[in-house]
Amino acid sequence: MTVKRLDSNQPETFSFSKQDNELIEKIIKNYPKDRKQSAVVPSLYIAQKRAGGWLPEKAISKVAEILEMPKMRVLEIATFYSMFNLKPTGNHFIQVCGTTPCWLRGSDKIKKACIELVGQEGEVSFDSISWLEVECLGACVNAPAVQVNEDYYEDLNYENMIDIINNLKNNKSIKVGSQIGRVSSEPYNADNKNA
Amino acid sequence: MLKNEDRIFNNLYGFESSNLVDAKKRGDWSNTKDILQKDRNEIIEELTKSGLRGRGGAGFPTATKWSFMPKEPTGKNHYLVVNADESEPGTCKDRDIIRNEPHKLLEGCIIACKAMGANICYIYVRGEFYNERITLESALNEAYESGLVGKNACGSGVDIDIYIHHGAGAYICGEETALLESLEGKKGMPRLKPPFPATSGLYGCPTTVNNVESIAVVPTILRRGANWFSSLGRERNTGTKIFCISGHVNNPCNIEEEMGIPLKDLIEKHAGGVRGGWDNLLAVIPGGSSVPMLPKDICDTVLMDFDSLQAANSGLGTAAVIVMDKSTDLIKAISRISYFYKHESCGQCTPCREGTTWLWEMMEKMANGNARVDEIDTLLDLTKRIEGHCICALGDAAAWPVQGLIRHFRSYMEERLISTKNKILVEQ
Repeated sequence: MTVKRLDSNQPETFSFSKQDNELIEKIIKNYPKDRKQSAVVPSLYIAQKRAGGWLPEKAISKVAEILEMPKMRVLEIATFYSMFNLKPTGNHFIQVCGTTPCWLRGSDKIKKACIELVGQEGEVSFDSISWLEVECLGACVNAPAVQVNEDYYEDLNYENMIDIINNLKNNKSIKVGSQIGRVSSEPYNADNKNA
Repeated sequence: MLKNEDRIFNNLYGFESSNLVDAKKRGDWSNTKDILQKDRNEIIEELTKSGLRGRGGAGFPTATKWSFMPKEPTGKNHYLVVNADESEPGTCKDRDIIRNEPHKLLEGCIIACKAMGANICYIYVRGEFYNERITLESALNEAYESGLVGKNACGSGVDIDIYIHHGAGAYICGEETALLESLEGKKGMPRLKPPFPATSGLYGCPTTVNNVESIAVVPTILRRGANWFSSLGRERNTGTKIFCISGHVNNPCNIEEEMGIPLKDLIEKHAGGVRGGWDNLLAVIPGGSSVPMLPKDICDTVLMDFDSLQAANSGLGTAAVIVMDKSTDLIKAISRISYFYKHESCGQCTPCREGTTWLWEMMEKMANGNARVDEIDTLLDLTKRIEGHCICALGDAAAWPVQGLIRHFRSYMEERLISTKNKILVEQ
């Protein structure tokens, strides 16, 4: 279990865009009529994107209002699921997988690269990058892996992680996925589509 | 080795596009209408004959699970929920199915719904798989536009809707009742069983929860026949399986192989062998982080299927093979797994909430050599106090890796503790 708390510095306002509201309305329709609450995780996810990568208290209240849920129930969800950040993150939010399959293949060096170029875990750098160690990202045969916002970067080592962070800092585009030229989870250099 | 013509997932690696046109070229959706027009018992019988066992970890016969659903309409919705909340450390097979073979999954959903009398299907994708979910959503849109899903699906006269839902990072939501709680918009805390989901599942309605791989193989089994599927593998352990080989191998990869392939062949033929050669192998976790590890002498001969691994006091789990060579600090490796369970415990049952924290703290002490030799027994005792004392299997899953370590590597642990103690004495 992990304990998460609301951040002490809260913005004064929060509001969804028109597109956000439409998207939430669309999502609610995926569930039976009296089961709006099912849309709470997707709605919080949209709220988190709108607020810049984390969930302020006002966003949680707004979701509660839309889904007609007690605010406490929504806060409970926000603290339970690890992808909801209750503290501000950088514009580039790096999640470093540190679970055993990634650790066996050198995730400690990936963390070292993050500490050197970004700073301590959880702190937002001056150029708006932050990183966290997370549990298994589910890319174990492409370990070590990190997720930056929505995208996975795989088959990492210290050197290519340094390159990735430098490219983030300079807002240069980076190839998503394997950094050693694999298409996905095939053996390295497989020329046969069935390996 | 599995012949290419016996492969179910021909685009596992995404060398071809995942879209409908290409999926159809690979044979997906080819005679779905005929299958859907069969009697539901006929489909279940065929699947029973194939011997398919659930691919999500527990290995429960899929057809038997489907047969628990009510035979007649109850006036409520009946649900199929597909568990795509893949987060068992070592496992990354469902991700490949979702992003590269989404139509196999969608077709499987439609057939499974028909066979169990469900009218609505939810696919619960883990939150981190954002890009994979987008791929699945576009495949679903294609299927709706072509009339394969929805009202009168595939022109069969059956109405089945599929919706995609996502989580937000919680391993426990892979447990079927926690997944249902989460889908209802609550914290993912497992429910007490009974009632089982087939009687009272999602929103209190009859529900079946299946793993992605279990569902995605169904269309091919029905197309090629139960006899073909059951001719692969061994009795009670039939068919093909996607193995995920990670850790200290030369070529980590996912690979579809025949059930019952020897572990050594799997690693040497497909993953380029253990780093530094087979003799450099220390231990293997054969089925995802939850199952006990196996030392090299068992790995030399063990077969990769449910019954063989169970006989070796481990399990096939999700078939996620985590290989560790002799350079590995085994205690640290298992300690990291203990941390994972501490982090992912939902906090509902005290033995798990408190116990996983204690497990991790004791494992860290062991890894640092900062414990007494007799504390290994205390640690073992602690695992027994968690195992079997909680609502769901997360507590068991936290206990087993530690038990496996103690069972096979007790002297390795003792050595660590004694040598650290001696080192401190020498320094003093």
